[in-house]
Amino acid sequence: MDQSQDEFAIRVRDLVVGFGRQTVLDHLSLDVRRGEILGLVGASGGGKSVLMRTIIGLIPRRAGTIEVMGQPIGGRKKGAATTWGILFQQGALFSSLTVRQNVQFPLRENLKLSQELMDEIAIAKLEMVGLQAQDADKYPAELSGGMTKRVALARALALDPPILFLDEPTSGLDPIAAGDFDALIGTLQKTLGLTVFMVTHDLASLTTVCDRVAALADGKIVAIGPMRELLQSEHPWVRAYFHGKRSQMLQHEMR
Amino acid sequence: MNSEPLLLATPSGDALKLRPEGPWTAANVSALETLSRSVGAEVDRSRVVTLDLSGVSALDTLGAWVLEKLSRRAASSGRSAEFVGVADHFSGLMDEVRQVNRHTPAPVAEQNPILLRLGDLGKSTVGSREDITIFLQMLGALSMAVIGVLRRPRSLRLTSLIYQLYRIGWQAIPIVALITFLIGAIIAQQGFFHFRRFGAESYTVDMVGILVLRELGVLIVAIMVAGRSGSAYTAELGSMKMREEIDALSTMGLDPVDVLILPRVAALVIALPILAFIGSIAALYGGGLVAQFYGDMAPAIYIARLHEAISVTHFEVGILKAPFMALVIGIVACSEGLRVKGSAESLGRQTTTSVVKSIFLVIVLDGLFAVFFASIGM
Repeated sequence: MDQSQDEFAIRVRDLVVGFGRQTVLDHLSLDVRRGEILGLVGASGGGKSVLMRTIIGLIPRRAGTIEVMGQPIGGRKKGAATTWGILFQQGALFSSLTVRQNVQFPLRENLKLSQELMDEIAIAKLEMVGLQAQDADKYPAELSGGMTKRVALARALALDPPILFLDEPTSGLDPIAAGDFDALIGTLQKTLGLTVFMVTHDLASLTTVCDRVAALADGKIVAIGPMRELLQSEHPWVRAYFHGKRSQMLQHEMR
Repeated sequence: MNSEPLLLATPSGDALKLRPEGPWTAANVSALETLSRSVGAEVDRSRVVTLDLSGVSALDTLGAWVLEKLSRRAASSGRSAEFVGVADHFSGLMDEVRQVNRHTPAPVAEQNPILLRLGDLGKSTVGSREDITIFLQMLGALSMAVIGVLRRPRSLRLTSLIYQLYRIGWQAIPIVALITFLIGAIIAQQGFFHFRRFGAESYTVDMVGILVLRELGVLIVAIMVAGRSGSAYTAELGSMKMREEIDALSTMGLDPVDVLILPRVAALVIALPILAFIGSIAALYGGGLVAQFYGDMAPAIYIARLHEAISVTHFEVGILKAPFMALVIGIVACSEGLRVKGSAESLGRQTTTSVVKSIFLVIVLDGLFAVFFASIGM
């Protein structure tokens, strides 16, 4: 047991999640190793976000177990922000707080530290995600889509949590910004030793930053492994996903 | 695994060697702050500061920043500081942290609070002119839409109009009737209580009748509709604006005034007089019940007194005001809705503004009507 605790950041076993009569996740099992970047792909509406939200405890599960850092999840814990940081698809910044206050929020709620240090840390985080100090006093409504994602990432990283959940981090970004964002996640992952769980459709992200990719189809993980192995997978859905016209074109360009 | 961070300072002449040990992480932040403060004076005194990181067991951005801050303090004013023994897996983080907080943003100039107030006052004065312009523009746009409908009656959005009538008229009846019933009862009770001292109880009926029909019935109902339906209009149109639905309509060649605003305002103009009538009747009924049980006045006598006290004029004065009040509420609610900007906060602000402004305007309008009716002798 100790062995597995050290090795895996997230362990999901026989997870069943559904709404009403519909079953979205059907006896799904998934392990995320410590310190890896795992990309999760799946059809739109296929339960990728549901899986992520179930792991972080936002959606109740019908059956199965989920362990995060060796601890079974359940209930809303006070220290959740120190365990994981979450980048929601739309950023989910608090609209009544400035950028600086948004980043400081987890610090303020979880730690006791001086305002001066808190300001410096907030600016440091913002600069680490590629923003400037003068952006700190803006309100979320004044930010562009890319900046919102960066601020949300800075907030997710405020406490240097060991696990980072990203819900479509590069959607809505231009390719340059998306590339920067991938590089940023790669750098942060290396420097901070993060485990990253990334839901994405961005083939470039999958190829460049993800250590492993998991494919979710029909409520199950149908294939998992490095991108190279997934490209060779025989599962019909995975083949369709990675060998469709669009994907082919992209991969061709990348070669 | 040692759980407490430490900072060992070894001074030797001009030089100072700092050796942080243990976990320098966010969880120990208060200890870190104390530690770095405790060596501050020594750092300021030394010319050469060496930070030996080989003893650090865990490091995160916060800890790295505290160390970097120490080194910057040591390196200020021509002195020097360096890091040694940085473990490989920390070097990336340390390099990252060295880049940050290099530029201090220009401090925001302090402003005189009195000048700031005066500035706000000036801005809101100029803003009120804009408010009037927007009101008139919306009135104009609505008139154009009405003319368009009169020319081609088929262009009226009948389904939408009926749905709005159902929502703001039919569904509002219970609460409007309940509240006006209570108001009528309260006025009657107060009348009986105070008039009894002069033996003028029977005049309570006159008071209730005139007050309710001329003023209170329509005013209370208008205020309730402004709060209930006006706010809903603002919030609906505002969220449509936020989600670019209104832009989508415009690009399809449809005028949002025709499609969204005219049915809503027209529904208000139709529904408010009806609600005011129902409200007035409910208030008179409430007064009658109080007369029977509190004032010991038989229903027949109450009705007979009412018949003597009030005339159709009183009723007309009240009900004539209703469509105008509805128009004001509708225009304010819709134009505030269209002024919503991107954020959820602005939606809330505009909804508040809409309700406050329309209640204010309804009361002002009521005052103007009172002057007008008095001067024409109604």
